[in-house]
Amino acid sequence: MTYEVVIGLETHAELATITKLFCGCSTKFGVEPNTQVCPVCLAMPGVLPVMNKKAFEYALKAAIALNCKIDEFTNFDRKSYYYPDLPKNYQISQNYHNMGIDGYMDISVNGTISRIRIHNVHLEEEAGKLIHPEEVGADYSLVDFNRAGVPLLEIVSYPDMRRVDEVESYMQTLRKILLYTEVSDCKMQEGSLRFEASISLRKKGVDRLGNRVEIKNLNSMKSVLKAIEYETMRQRDVLDRGETVDRETRLWDEVNEKSARMRSKEESQDYRYFPEPDLLPVLIDEKWLRAIKDTIPELPLIRRQRFIETFALSDYDASLLIDEKILADFFEECVKILNRPKSFCNWITNDLLREVKDRKLDIYHLKIKPKQLAALVEIIEKGTISSTIAKEVFSEMIQTGKDPKTVVEEKKLVQISDEGLIEEIIIKIISSNPDAIEDYKKGKKNALTFLVGQVMKETKGKANPKIVNEMLMKKVGV
Amino acid sequence: MKIDKDQVENIAKLSRIRLTELEREMFVHQLNNILFYIEKLNKLDTENVAPMAYTSDVSNVFREDKLKPSIPLQDVLINAPATKSGFFKVPKVIE
Repeated sequence: MTYEVVIGLETHAELATITKLFCGCSTKFGVEPNTQVCPVCLAMPGVLPVMNKKAFEYALKAAIALNCKIDEFTNFDRKSYYYPDLPKNYQISQNYHNMGIDGYMDISVNGTISRIRIHNVHLEEEAGKLIHPEEVGADYSLVDFNRAGVPLLEIVSYPDMRRVDEVESYMQTLRKILLYTEVSDCKMQEGSLRFEASISLRKKGVDRLGNRVEIKNLNSMKSVLKAIEYETMRQRDVLDRGETVDRETRLWDEVNEKSARMRSKEESQDYRYFPEPDLLPVLIDEKWLRAIKDTIPELPLIRRQRFIETFALSDYDASLLIDEKILADFFEECVKILNRPKSFCNWITNDLLREVKDRKLDIYHLKIKPKQLAALVEIIEKGTISSTIAKEVFSEMIQTGKDPKTVVEEKKLVQISDEGLIEEIIIKIISSNPDAIEDYKKGKKNALTFLVGQVMKETKGKANPKIVNEMLMKKVGV
Repeated sequence: MKIDKDQVENIAKLSRIRLTELEREMFVHQLNNILFYIEKLNKLDTENVAPMAYTSDVSNVFREDKLKPSIPLQDVLINAPATKSGFFKVPKVIE
């Protein structure tokens, strides 16, 4: 039987504020347990939450960037449930008046753009962290409340995705938008960005959605994709046997690459949402909305299109560049100084990214500056150094932050274009490689390439290859 | 709408409290009285009245994103029935 897979995603992103949503405790990651907590995030009796303005504005900014409708009135609701990671026994979230509703995000799969609708975007508080000891027979869990109260943005998509490649693009695009708008650092390894997938299958051509299964505990984008593939197969087997898929929540087991039932939807929780009396509503006027809108930069997909059109870059190159906002900014700075987009694009997407990877550099704190890369491209064009030598210069620049001219002088890398000098070396190479000359005269064209290589080796790559080529051809009599 | 014993039991379960048979009957009675009163209120025409969740006119109360000191670990854990290496220790929870 052929089925259509229907996928929706819920995304949680920790917002990039310095302090928590309702108190002044730090949100810094990776500190000693329970050292960033206070009576408010521990839910001591009598404490009151006060909303972090930055967190609210970040959530609003994300809702606008995701094309949501923003209501003039918004407030917060209590979501009640008991779990040891939740000190108040309720989570302050939004249910009746979300930050934004009915938005959309365009994604690109192999150059085809499709629109994924966003059901809602809302702001809530993060729960604490539970640790389950690995020792055998341990009958306890440990709780760290440092994370409790960190502002969390939840983005709920409509079940508009049908294929794994769409899901991948959705996650990547959303991550980029959150990074471009600077509302979250999106560090998945620190849990700043998390996804939950809901999946159902239906027979091709049927309108009604099948029973939906939610998958949690997805620690990476790769897990999301694997879990969806696994779940698709599992549901297909169930349906093929003529049975129905249970509506349930399943936990993904990353090690064994399968999922297991967490709880059935029948016994699903009753959250008893009601308006949070400890917080006052927030009214959003036109002026405020416009001020936030003005802080939203050009978003990735639009920027990519502009790069393709303005700088005549390929879809692939433009995609690589916009992948990290900081790289796209670097590129634009370079082009402003010297109009050689293709050349800068190559340097950034090849050499720069390779050096970053090999030397484990932090792209947010690169020592090389756009005007230095522009200067490098300029001296290559002038013929001061060859493009081979330029790679060496670049590597030095990215490690030390030195100007290209300084590197060239210090390492004595100026290109040799002196014909007299090159001729001397050519004569030397010819006399020590008579076999190659013979081969060439017999018609083996690549013997010439070999000789050029020898001259370059002799000059440590500094000879101007164009001149070497021309002079060698003359010498061997073409 | 009428509240029965099962519903009271469900509410007790959601609230993590244990009720005796006597208490269950008492709450069935009390909750039904409350609902009876609410039903009276329901007779009012509220067609054009927006639901009210807040009694004050104040809105948009914020704090700036500025650090305030947290409290010392020993104070954090002072009321905890059980602790371990700076963590709260709780009965095992597995999902």
